[in-house]
Amino acid sequence: MKIIDTANNVVALAAKMARPKVIAAYPITPQTTIVERLAQYVESGELKAEFIRVESEHSAMTSCIAAEATGVRTFTATSSHGLLLMHEMLHWAGLARLPIVMVNVNRAIGPGWSIWSDCNDSMSQRDTGWLQFYCSSNQEVFDTVIQAYKIAEHKDVQLPVMVNYDGFILSHTSMPADIPSQKEIDDFLPAYTPEWKLDVEHPITHGNIIGPEYYMEVRYDMQISQQKAKKVIKNVDDEWNKKFGKSHGNLIETYRCDDADIIIVAMGAIGAEAHASVDGLRKKGEKVGLARLRVFRPFPKEDLQKIAEKAKLIVIDRDISVGIEGAVATEIKASVDGKVCGFIAGLGGRDVTHKDIMRMYNLAKENKDGWYSVEVR
Amino acid sequence: MAIKDLPKEEYVLQGNAACPGCPATIALRTVLKALGKKTIITVPASCSAVIQSLYPKTSFSVPTMNIAFEAAAASASGIKAALHAEGKDDVTVMVWAGDGGSYDIGLQALSGALERKTNFIYICYNNQMYSNTGIQRSGATPYGAWTTTTWAGKKEKAKNLAEIVMVHDTPYVATASIAYPTDLYRKVKKAKGIEGPKYIEILCPCPPGWRFDMSKTVEIARLAVETGSWLMYEFEGGKLTFNGPSKGIIEGTKEAKPIEDWLRMQGRFRNLTDNDIKEIKNELKEGWEFYQKKS
Repeated sequence: MKIIDTANNVVALAAKMARPKVIAAYPITPQTTIVERLAQYVESGELKAEFIRVESEHSAMTSCIAAEATGVRTFTATSSHGLLLMHEMLHWAGLARLPIVMVNVNRAIGPGWSIWSDCNDSMSQRDTGWLQFYCSSNQEVFDTVIQAYKIAEHKDVQLPVMVNYDGFILSHTSMPADIPSQKEIDDFLPAYTPEWKLDVEHPITHGNIIGPEYYMEVRYDMQISQQKAKKVIKNVDDEWNKKFGKSHGNLIETYRCDDADIIIVAMGAIGAEAHASVDGLRKKGEKVGLARLRVFRPFPKEDLQKIAEKAKLIVIDRDISVGIEGAVATEIKASVDGKVCGFIAGLGGRDVTHKDIMRMYNLAKENKDGWYSVEVR
Repeated sequence: MAIKDLPKEEYVLQGNAACPGCPATIALRTVLKALGKKTIITVPASCSAVIQSLYPKTSFSVPTMNIAFEAAAASASGIKAALHAEGKDDVTVMVWAGDGGSYDIGLQALSGALERKTNFIYICYNNQMYSNTGIQRSGATPYGAWTTTTWAGKKEKAKNLAEIVMVHDTPYVATASIAYPTDLYRKVKKAKGIEGPKYIEILCPCPPGWRFDMSKTVEIARLAVETGSWLMYEFEGGKLTFNGPSKGIIEGTKEAKPIEDWLRMQGRFRNLTDNDIKEIKNELKEGWEFYQKKS
């Protein structure tokens, strides 16, 4: 079925089709329409699930953690300050190894109040153990939410997944998307069988005090699982592609990279914009390509190393780790040997246009040694 | 019912990490006897997070979800929703939280769960301070009490959480004391059979925190009730009923024992001046009058 709808409505549909049994959510702009639509699905009986109308995002994540620990599939969505309020519980979900799926609509952080796109919200959650996806179209948003459950619940992963996309740019923009049937989704994503759960027939204690002789193993296991997740993400994407004829590029989506001298690395909506810029630059004879980071955690280090072997990288961050540079640029620099030029762009929803990307390209090309700059118009 | 008639099953096991004379352990033991095997508990940061003992062992033989300090009530909502979705409505969900996790940091989540009518039992075992982190003042610490963050004695009186819970239109609210285990058992048993949120607060005198000998826990708990410092009641269907010695104190048919007897047994009140004791007596009287009008 082909629909034309906003990313938020597409997410609500994807969440419904994944058949979660508990949804706990709190409204926040620009995520709100997801929560509204899901509440409608539950109240109308279209979705058989418990909807917990919590009093805060901290409680939303807590309720999801507790429900998931009781053995059922859960869903929640948030944005910006809501995500920050959840921060403690994001760590809790990760360390508890609970495969919760959450959508985060990327939005800037105040003060002053800004409801527009910015990735500092999710970037500042990168050490919580969650897998992080960044989408560039409404189709990808739908596909990723369904895939996220399969990836999170895989026995080699058992970690929560955060699906991110740009506030308003995607959340409130209608785009066409192909939606498989419920039966096809059910075949792809069978009912959830938890690895452990709170069960009165088999009492366990979860999360009691853990001494130094065990704690490090818990963190180590998360690290191993994130590494294993790279393969799982690829396999799930392959399976999806085989079934529905759509791939969004596993960990990284590459475009015209084979003979490129310079490759633009970006995420989310900027990645989609850069796609058009690559075509524009190619028309002028520039040997340029695009590597859109679809997955930020686990960090696709090996893939980036391969890309950087023959080309210089331009990294566009819609975030800033204040005091150093863009977070993605830092991580790429730590991963590859080649030259990396980092740009900060589009903070607080500022438009990143084809013209801006052309300018970044020209600046990066002029420079011979590799450099870092923040461009403020 | 007599103590010897309580169920023989133990859900708080031997070898746990509680301090000697720990009132929380006494209370939980009784509470779980009343709730039985089909119970899932969720515990925020508190002494009970320690009492369970260290991973990979546990001294609780019912499923237990530890959760962040401010999150216990929201955790109960999640567990209950999942159980309901799975058709397991015969399982009781209980929050087991201290006063810090209830009166202070956990109040927002508690209020949320009460308002949305989560079908659970919230038990606050009130030792009138943050015991787990040492002995710091909480919203439940009484006026005049020494703690490590009120060296000269607390300047403010405790807030009344049970009253806050009552105005949430909570179907069942009760207070209890470890000195009256059969009363506690009966209240928990009754709460189990009531639909919607239930709140029970148990006074738990803490030997290291209140500065008394560990052998005196039950004695201090009993004297708290006999002096009218701690009132035992049930609030059900809009009606308040007092139990045990509290009944006579509120109805004026029984004289309360002098509050000094109770204060003098505790090192935390060692620095009280005559004025402080006058203040405490006034506060007590006001409390009784408040409930006389209410009941």
